[in-house]
Amino acid sequence: MKKPLWITGLIMLVLFTVTACATIETATTLATAVGEHAGVISHSQAESVRKSTVAVSRSLEDFTPEQEYYIGRAVGAVVLSKYPAYANTQVNQYINTLGQTLAAASNKPEIFGGYHFVVLDSDDINAFATPSGLIFVTRGLIRCCPTEDALAAILAHEIGHVQLRHGMQSIEKARVTEALTVLAQEGAKTLGSREVAQLAETFSGAISDIANSMINNGYSRTFEYQADQASVVLVLRVGYNPEGLVDMLTVMEKKLKPGGLDFAKTHPAPRDRITEIQSHNQTFIPVATPNIRQERFLKAIGPI
Amino acid sequence: MRRTQFIVVGLALLGILFVPICANAQETLSVQVKEGELRAMPSFLGRIVARVAYGDRVNVVENRGAWKKVSPHGGKIQGWMHTSALTTKRIALKAGQTNVQTGATQNELALAGKGFSEEVEAAFRKGNKNLDYTWINRMENFKVSPEQMQNFLVQGNVIPPPEGGRP
Repeated sequence: MKKPLWITGLIMLVLFTVTACATIETATTLATAVGEHAGVISHSQAESVRKSTVAVSRSLEDFTPEQEYYIGRAVGAVVLSKYPAYANTQVNQYINTLGQTLAAASNKPEIFGGYHFVVLDSDDINAFATPSGLIFVTRGLIRCCPTEDALAAILAHEIGHVQLRHGMQSIEKARVTEALTVLAQEGAKTLGSREVAQLAETFSGAISDIANSMINNGYSRTFEYQADQASVVLVLRVGYNPEGLVDMLTVMEKKLKPGGLDFAKTHPAPRDRITEIQSHNQTFIPVATPNIRQERFLKAIGPI
Repeated sequence: MRRTQFIVVGLALLGILFVPICANAQETLSVQVKEGELRAMPSFLGRIVARVAYGDRVNVVENRGAWKKVSPHGGKIQGWMHTSALTTKRIALKAGQTNVQTGATQNELALAGKGFSEEVEAAFRKGNKNLDYTWINRMENFKVSPEQMQNFLVQGNVIPPPEGGRP
C-alpha cells in the first residue's frame, strides 16, 4: 500500500492547528494516534515521533520566569566577582531611573524580579545583562557617553539582550535537558536532597555556560547586532535621539584598547556595529540634546 | 482507505475550527512576576491601585493592546496589567498542592519554588563561597515609581514621536 504524502501533510496540519491551544505533546499524541489508526505510520514510528517531540518541547521555554530569576542572580554574582559595584548612590539612582523607564516602554516590560541597574567600578569598557534583568555598566563605558541619549542606547542594548534571551541561549542544550528531566521525574513531589544536589550541579553548570559566553567569549555578532537594533527601536519609541548609539560607538572606537579583555574582545568592532546599524535604519536627522537634559546628565554622572 | 482519508480531513478541519474557540476561552490568567501591580491606566505611568502576588489568579475584564484590565479572583478591585506579567499557566505555589493540579497537565502547570529555586541557590552558594550576593540584593531594591518616571521624562524634555509611546 502506498502511503500518500498528503495524509502526512494533513497530520502535520492537525498538529499545527491543535498546538494553537493544546500543548505540543498532547497534539502529537493525538496526531500520531490518528496516523497509526489510519495505517499511515506504524506503532514504532508513532512512538518515536512522540518521544522526539517530548525532547524538543523540553526547551528553554520550560524554565519558569522564577527559575530564570535565580539563574540571573547567580550570573550577577559572578559578574560582581569580576568587577566590584560602584557605590555611588547618585549615579546608581540615575541609571535606574533612566533604565527602568526604558524597560517600561519595551515589549517585555514585566519580568519576574524587574529590571535593575548598577554601575561597576572599572575603567574597562564593559556591560552585562543577566537573564533576569540585572544590568551592569562599567564607569569606563559610561565615559564613552557624550549624552543621556547615548547612555540610554547602552541600557536599551542590554535590555535587548535580556528580552531576546541571549543569556539563556548560551546554556548548553544537554544541560537544559538534564535540568528539565530532573524536574519532570520529580513532578509535584517535594525535592529530595539527592535531587537538590543534582539540580545545584546543573545550575552551577548553566551559570558557567552563561558567564563564559557573556564575560569571556562574548555572544555571537548576530546577537550583538540584534541588541543594537532593539536599542534603536526602544530609544526612538521613548523619545531619545537614536543617533546616541552611533555617537557612543564613535567615542568607544577611540577609547578601546586593542587586546583588552572587555568589549575589545567580546563585541564586534564599533565601526562594524555602526555600519550594521546604518544599514538597517534610515539616516536620522541629528538632533541636539536639550540643554536641560545635558545638564542633568553631567550632574548625575559627575566625575565618573 | 477512503474512509480513513475522510477521518483525517475531518480531524484537520476540527483542529482549525477549535482554534478561535480556545483563544476566546482564556479569561483567567496567573500573575507570573514576583510583585504584580494593578494600575489606574493601561500605562506604567499609571498610578498603582493594588498589588497582586506571584501565582495569583486574575479575571480579564477588558483588553487594550498589550494591556489587560483585570480583577483578582474574589475581589472587587480592577486595574490594568501588562500582558508580560501574566501567563495562561496555573502556578502551584506549594508542591503537592492538589487543588491547582486538578485537570492540569504538567505543561499547563508551573511549579513555584521548583527547579532552580531558593533551595538550589542556597546549595549553589554553599559550593561557591567566593560569590557575594550583597549587591544583588541591594540592586533589587532600586525601584522607580510611576511618578519618578513621569517627572524624569518631562524634566529631561524627552518627547516620544507621534508613533512612539510612553512606558
